Amino acid sequence: MNALFEYLLRVGDDSLILGHRLSEWCGHGPILEEDIAMTNIALDLVGQATSILKYAGEVEGKNRSEDDLAFLRFDRDYRNLLLVEQPNGDFGMTMMRQFLFDAYRKPLFEQLTNSSDSQLAAIAEKSLKETKYHLRHSAEWTIRLGDGTEESHQRVQEALDTLWRYTPEMFIDDEIESELRKTGVTFSVEELHASWTKIAKEVFDEATLVIPDNNWEQSGGRKGYHSEHLGYILAELQYMQRAYPGMKW
Amino acid sequence: MAKKEWPLWEVFIRNKQGLSHKHVGSLRAADAEMAVENARDVYTRRSEGVSIWVVESNHIHASHPADADALFEPAHSKVYRHPTFYDVPDGIEHM
Repeated sequence: MNALFEYLLRVGDDSLILGHRLSEWCGHGPILEEDIAMTNIALDLVGQATSILKYAGEVEGKNRSEDDLAFLRFDRDYRNLLLVEQPNGDFGMTMMRQFLFDAYRKPLFEQLTNSSDSQLAAIAEKSLKETKYHLRHSAEWTIRLGDGTEESHQRVQEALDTLWRYTPEMFIDDEIESELRKTGVTFSVEELHASWTKIAKEVFDEATLVIPDNNWEQSGGRKGYHSEHLGYILAELQYMQRAYPGMKW
Repeated sequence: MAKKEWPLWEVFIRNKQGLSHKHVGSLRAADAEMAVENARDVYTRRSEGVSIWVVESNHIHASHPADADALFEPAHSKVYRHPTFYDVPDGIEHM
């Protein structure tokens, strides 16, 4: 197994699937300004997916382009977190999902800017700038919804209760991680977890949100075992290429 | 439940260092910080800016259209306020 290829699929698929999820808000945002903000972020994520999957295709060396990887794999071949494929729910659910993810991606890209793999480092540096803004946006919303009205607090607390079980998957340390760490391509998962926890705690304190005390965990995405939601996403995402193979526009 | 609208904000963008901020439009946001973020998304997504100001619209005090005569017309007959009555010395290109 090519560890770097696997790793790039993880990072790239997270961007691709969350970007697609967020794009579902296009035209449905609670207010024009937020509609534009969410679709901007969706576009950033799809842009990241483009460059990461393009590089993944080169690393794999089987002549697969970023489009081949995005549109022509089966669900078991996607390596994204279960978190990013979860349905949008209400605005609070979407912002909570986004915050939990952004708080993980910012320190991840900070680490990867120092990667011994110069291409990955360059992608991380570009993505980090976008991610800093994403985190700022989702953290501000988490605080405002949590420390807002009784209803907004209750809804966003429910979102946290629902999504919390998907967060440990971000910090699973497996053979892919340890192999890449040997050559300085990736870095300590433990430190990443610590950075994430610090960001999350600070924001939840200010938002008056309580981290659920049940520690039931759900994972599988990194190995290709997904929730049923991914199938529906792929049906939409892949429809055109499956129905009209090779079509361009 | 009554539908509550967020307050309206006027947005000013500086598009280059050294130039002044220009009014570009308005938007709605719950507070100042969110207004800056929304302005970033709505008005600078094509690299239009290097700095953003937002001002809550109800803090802007405007002249009244009915006062236009009194305010602006007297200036029309005072052409001497324009610096057009000087002879520009030879060799000066930009004045």
